[in-house]
Amino acid sequence: MLKILKYSFYDLMRSRWSYVYFLFYLLLGIVLLFLNNDLSKAVITLMNVIIILVPLIGTIFGVMYYYNSREFTELLLAQPIKRSSIFLGQYFGVATSLAMSLIIGLGLPFAFYGIFNSSAIWDFSLLLITGGFLTFIFTALAFVIALSNENKIKGFGYAILLWLFMAVIYDGLFLMSLLYFEDYPLDKFSLFATMLNPVDLSRVLILLKLDISALLGYTGAVFQQFFGTSFGVILSFVMLVCWVVIPTFFIWRIAKWKDF
Amino acid sequence: MKNKFYILFLFISLFSLTNLWSQTITVCATCPVKSIKEAVKQASEGDTILVKKGVYKEANIKIDKGITLIGEDLPTIDGEEKGEIITIGTDNVTIDGFKIINVGVSYTTDYAAVRVVNSTGFLIQNLELEKLFFGIYLQKSNDGKVLNNKVRGEAVTEFNSGNAVHLWYCKNVEVIGNDVQNVRDGIYLEFSDNITIKDNFSKNNVRYGLHFMFSNNNYVINNTFETNGAGIALMFSKFMQVENNIIQKNWGTAAYGLLLKEVNDAYIKNNLFFENTVGITVEGSNRLEYSNNDFTSNGYALKVKGACYQNHVINNNFLYNSFDISYNGRINDNKFDNNFWSNYTGYDLNKNGIGDVPYRPVKLFSYIVNRTPETIILMRSLFIDIIDFSEKVSPVFTPDDLLDENPKMKRINHDRN
Repeated sequence: MLKILKYSFYDLMRSRWSYVYFLFYLLLGIVLLFLNNDLSKAVITLMNVIIILVPLIGTIFGVMYYYNSREFTELLLAQPIKRSSIFLGQYFGVATSLAMSLIIGLGLPFAFYGIFNSSAIWDFSLLLITGGFLTFIFTALAFVIALSNENKIKGFGYAILLWLFMAVIYDGLFLMSLLYFEDYPLDKFSLFATMLNPVDLSRVLILLKLDISALLGYTGAVFQQFFGTSFGVILSFVMLVCWVVIPTFFIWRIAKWKDF
Repeated sequence: MKNKFYILFLFISLFSLTNLWSQTITVCATCPVKSIKEAVKQASEGDTILVKKGVYKEANIKIDKGITLIGEDLPTIDGEEKGEIITIGTDNVTIDGFKIINVGVSYTTDYAAVRVVNSTGFLIQNLELEKLFFGIYLQKSNDGKVLNNKVRGEAVTEFNSGNAVHLWYCKNVEVIGNDVQNVRDGIYLEFSDNITIKDNFSKNNVRYGLHFMFSNNNYVINNTFETNGAGIALMFSKFMQVENNIIQKNWGTAAYGLLLKEVNDAYIKNNLFFENTVGITVEGSNRLEYSNNDFTSNGYALKVKGACYQNHVINNNFLYNSFDISYNGRINDNKFDNNFWSNYTGYDLNKNGIGDVPYRPVKLFSYIVNRTPETIILMRSLFIDIIDFSEKVSPVFTPDDLLDENPKMKRINHDRN
């Protein structure tokens, strides 16, 4: 598996798209910092970028990579290599290279700006960590979609739909249900619904850092426990890990039984 | 020779005069006078009582003559929780430099470390109060000073704790340089007018850092309020001035930097509101002027509840607040002008430093959160940004005339020293 991971990783490192992705983040970081001159504002803008763009790129890139390297995959399948090694190797190769582009691309401008001497270092590292998690989650979901759809167009369609659902539609439905059932106690429901969407989960995790003073204005006991103590952060991280592990497990299972 | 006589005469007369005027009684463990109570009994109008270092286990010391009570090297008066410790019942009393501990807690009487009743010209300074119920309690007393006292309470709940500095029906009192922590209300004023509250530091108080009820014409300047239940609460008061204060880190479900309820004709100027759950919450308050304040990193910068008319919000900086303004209802009679909003996204084509597009500080999302508080969990979501944007383009739920016509493009630099 490590060999395939290494191969996929180097293959991607050489490809144009990784550079484009890397340069995009580099540029974004530079523009945000040096044209804005305000770290707090930059971190907020960055949050929006990370929770929207990272999942989109992870999904599209994952699907694209799978379909593009299909012939090579078939060649590998003819060799005496375990199936799980092939697919998990590819998945980790793609996800790692994307996460690396993100972290280095954004990290460099911020490092030059002097983030290490600033109090925003924790907010910023939290952003990068959630960005990394989101990359892994959405690449895995993309692989699951690609593995279960032979048809490329269908696969892309589902992948984009998945992103759209997680990033926008889910919150819309969530908001509607909160407004519709506003007469009922909704603390537990809203926390639970947040846990079910990795985009929301990452957003809440960042909110815990950025907007904690507003969040504490709400009077529910469950929210208080979630936002006011380290319980919220720990639970969110555990859920993010689950969100990586479960799709990865599906990749492994689908790959095991799939006919080629 | 004649000259010498004159000088001698002058000396004698001066000596006898001072003797007549004031006499110093020294209190210490080895002196003839061993207790403060005894000294007060012996003293007459205008005398000075000098208390040396040591622990004096005394309570209910009643001062009924205009004397000066001075502690040398911070002597301790231990009330042993028997109730009130020092009660001043006459004019021109000075108390300076004591450590007063163990005031009795009662649920029927407000015991205080130092109580001033119906007096004028008092001066209470350099006291350290610990293990107290009420600290310095001024009752129907005018023209006095409370300076540089240090109060450390152990308050946990509101109902069995008292206030550090408490003014009731007082006029023209100066409360300056006090450091009050861990009590119920740091400084409390009820029916008190023309009070100056300056350079105080109020921290970790269970209820409010500074609390006004039915008090008019007061002046609050250069104070710091930190991590209190609420920084300053102004209620049912008129003609107040709140200037140059730092109000920060008041966090919690009912925590505010500044709470204004039924306050009219006040000035809120040059203050810094930093990291409060709500910077200012206003209810039923008219003709207020908020100018040159900085609202930085608050949950809500300004939360306007019902019945607020003719208020002016001018020249403030609103920086990185989760919500700039939360507003109930659809009618707006308040003026927002020339502020800097860090969330402003407009442009300035004619380069006059003022944005060409008006800024709408009330977001649809803050309206939704008011209605269903649980929705706060959706903050900064893309969907919320989309509906906020559509509301900005055509306001339906928020008042369409609540806008800043002249939003500044650059942060305003306020002189704050």
